[in-house]
Amino acid sequence: MPEKTAATTASTGTETVTTTAAAPDTVLVTKAPKARSLWSDAWHDLRRNPLFLVSAGLIVLLLIVSAFPGLFTSASPRDADLANHYLGQPNWSHFFQPDWFGYDGQGRSIYSRVVYGARASIIVGVGVTALVTILGTLVGMIAGYFGGWVDTILSRITDIFMGIPFLLGALVVLTSFEKRAIWVVILALVFLGWTQIARVARGSVITIKQADYVVAAKALGASTTRILTRHVLPNAVAPIIVVATIALGGYIAAEATLSFLGVGLAEPTVSWGVDVSSGREQLRNAPHVLIIPSVMVSITVLSFLMFGDAVRNALDPKLR
Amino acid sequence: MTIIEETAGVPAPRAGGEASGPLLEVRDLHVEFHTRDGVAKAVNGVNYSVASGETLAVLGESGSGKSVTAQAIMGILDMPPGKIPHGQILFRGQDMLTMSNDERRKIRGRKIAMIFQDALSSLNPVLSVGYQLGEMFRVHQGLSKKEAKAKSIELMDKVKIPAAKARVGDYPHQFSGGMRQRIMIAMALALEPDLIIADEPTTALDVTVQAQVMDLLAELQREYNMGLILITHDLGVVADVADKIAVMYAGRIVETAPVHELYKRPAHPYTRGLLDSIPRLDQKGQELYAIKGLPPNLLKIPTGCAFNPRCPKADDICRTEIPALVPVTEQDGSELPGRGSACHFWKETIHG
Amino acid sequence: MGRYVARRLLQMIPVFIGSTFLIFAMMYALPGDPVRALMGDQAYDPAVVASIRSDLGLDQPLWQQYLTYMSNLVQGDFGTEIASKREIADIIAQAFPITLRLTLFAFTFTVLVGIGLGVIAGLRPDSVRDRGLLALTLVLISMPSFVLGYLMQYIFAFQLGVTTATVQDSENFGDLMLPAIVLGSLSLAYVARLTRTSMAENLRSDYMRTAVAKGLPRHRIIGVHLMRNSLVPVVTFLGTDIGNLMTGAIVTEGIFNVQGIGKTIFDALTRREGATVVGIASLIVLVYLLTSLLVDLLYAVLDPRIRYA
Repeated sequence: MPEKTAATTASTGTETVTTTAAAPDTVLVTKAPKARSLWSDAWHDLRRNPLFLVSAGLIVLLLIVSAFPGLFTSASPRDADLANHYLGQPNWSHFFQPDWFGYDGQGRSIYSRVVYGARASIIVGVGVTALVTILGTLVGMIAGYFGGWVDTILSRITDIFMGIPFLLGALVVLTSFEKRAIWVVILALVFLGWTQIARVARGSVITIKQADYVVAAKALGASTTRILTRHVLPNAVAPIIVVATIALGGYIAAEATLSFLGVGLAEPTVSWGVDVSSGREQLRNAPHVLIIPSVMVSITVLSFLMFGDAVRNALDPKLR
Repeated sequence: MTIIEETAGVPAPRAGGEASGPLLEVRDLHVEFHTRDGVAKAVNGVNYSVASGETLAVLGESGSGKSVTAQAIMGILDMPPGKIPHGQILFRGQDMLTMSNDERRKIRGRKIAMIFQDALSSLNPVLSVGYQLGEMFRVHQGLSKKEAKAKSIELMDKVKIPAAKARVGDYPHQFSGGMRQRIMIAMALALEPDLIIADEPTTALDVTVQAQVMDLLAELQREYNMGLILITHDLGVVADVADKIAVMYAGRIVETAPVHELYKRPAHPYTRGLLDSIPRLDQKGQELYAIKGLPPNLLKIPTGCAFNPRCPKADDICRTEIPALVPVTEQDGSELPGRGSACHFWKETIHG
Repeated sequence: MGRYVARRLLQMIPVFIGSTFLIFAMMYALPGDPVRALMGDQAYDPAVVASIRSDLGLDQPLWQQYLTYMSNLVQGDFGTEIASKREIADIIAQAFPITLRLTLFAFTFTVLVGIGLGVIAGLRPDSVRDRGLLALTLVLISMPSFVLGYLMQYIFAFQLGVTTATVQDSENFGDLMLPAIVLGSLSLAYVARLTRTSMAENLRSDYMRTAVAKGLPRHRIIGVHLMRNSLVPVVTFLGTDIGNLMTGAIVTEGIFNVQGIGKTIFDALTRREGATVVGIASLIVLVYLLTSLLVDLLYAVLDPRIRYA
């Protein structure tokens, strides 16, 4: 691995104040009167960030919809009425009615399917992110903290998994299963997706390991477990959370893509990806069948992306 | 501002410099920064001048406005958030603040050059030093790549970088701190400017290297008869090279004096505090003096004299009235050329 | 330099073996059987299945199958498809250039438009155009490529009628334009954001201040001093991106009916033609590993502070 020479990272100035180009002599001034911690400072910023508020609102709404879809529609996503509703056009003014977004090729209410389909996306997105974060953090922390041959082996394994293109790997795994329950899709994505978090965790643990407070804790005789849980983990968690939130949107997109390709979730599970896939035949004369679930996928992914972006900007003052 | 008239009465330290008119004159300069938390008044009416061949040391803590003043002269303030609501910066009698961007650009580097504190971050990490030096000749004088390279080697020899020819293609990180600062100096000297502003040129260096770099700078200044503004917080650096000193505090000049007189008899409690906090061999074993308190918050500069919360001599008048920079005289009223103090109690301070 | 390259190439070998073995294992060890897929739904005689399996070497232990496969592969023998009996090398030879063309097309588009937009935004951080671009990239990133693909198809083919819905001639550059844009759009958004962030960050650096103090003209300050530094992370991203583009082609080629390796591998997967899948996957892994090596080398050229360790 190429690495930067020590000279670039070593701080050279005793008085580093003048290294910020913006307003060198005012640095002392801009320091807020009361010292805020990283998290409360981030929260202070987030509360007044419209991007954050909008995305957080959307995410809460999505969570409610996926938990209680029945609250939002009375129609069942599986009730098919081919005779009356085949490819029925949307009635944009019929808010929250079954025909609001029209009907699909089997005469099912698209509005209802969109509402019920949220659950699959959210479960996959949240499930994969949670497991990937746990697994990746564990591997990254062990590799980064212990170093040596442990690091070598774990890093090579990470390299190997990274060498497999994500989508291709998921395709290969998932085509092997004839019945693809939601947990199969989750596990397949976790199997291939943990490497990103592992790398991030490893990197930040290596940095933290050399920090004075960790050295001090060691010198004071703290146990490895204590150092890892009390000092390393809390300080490594910020970059991990940022990567995880942004990745969450990606997993939702991946589930939709796989379901669209016919190797992810499948009927009778209600999923946006499945609906997009079934709408492709009628794209020319009934585009709404494809476009509406597509838009739902995009809005969901966008919400998590904006959320992750806002959190990153708040936690990483360098980017301000 | 009343300060202008008062300082106009302060005679220049060296008659020779003044006769031909100062090279650079800063008049009643104000700089403020508009930040999230309010307006930070970094510079509040600074006046100073430098003549050819003269060295002015600007002394102060961080936050005193010494660097901001220099950046305003150089035209490298970030605007916004920076703003110059008031003041003039005259270079050979012409106000640079009213010049067009292009006119100012032609002065930068060619007539006025700057040496920065942290040479490592101030040099471009991905371009060779030869390229960065040669750039001056290529842009300002239209030399070819080859000619520029030859000139760069010449410059590196001039600032005593060993094996200049072999090292011209090296990158900044491959040099030691002292060598990097020499490269910064070489870059500033490239076009033999009339004035050099050195912003804490030795702060980032080892003590032993500091002296070498300062000597080099002083030597080159003499050779080219340049004006030099030396910005520093280190009284030790100043003594040997400067002709006159301006001490800054909270964006104002609180004392001006020819260098040796300042050391002998400071006329401002702040200057006295600075001098007293230098460790001295003959006081070994005693507790070292320190100015109590912290530099002022530029968002909320204290009323009256900005130094009053930290000043041992502070009285009621200090908390209400801003002291003007007035000429300092001997006890019998005879003039002390070039001396001024912005303290209500300057007489007690210098004569007491 | 030469030693570094040699060492990196050596290091690549275990990773290559590991990755391809993993794909091989996923293909053959997981449930799903090519012979049964061959038989389809019809009733079959277990004895026949067993004999076909042993003919194909599918009854051997997994590591042995992999060893046989790899030793053939390094001799250039990709094997034959079980159902069609076609040489897999031929299939790849036919499909690979098409995907390569599509990928390079998408890559060029990504580089030119992505960096261009990033520069426009990065020069004025927090301006209206910067925020506008940020919003645009967010929208692009949040649109899975099948969504964008169908949207483009609907607009350009069905509504405007300027192109055909699917690609008629996979070797025609004009035909490949729409799929290339769809394929490259995600990377484009990332490149634009990365360029923008990197420029905005370097804009505040000390050496930029020095460049101004040197009296350099604006175009030189930006073109030479800012760009050289800002493009380093972008180049890193672009290098690893070629491999991603090739996999992304699975979706794009499917939508637009491009006869490249993406479509080939997807078809092979549904027919459980393991040799085809592993063969193409190995190629993609190789491309991915080689481009990341290339990036590391390029990285050192762009940033002299990087040394080979």
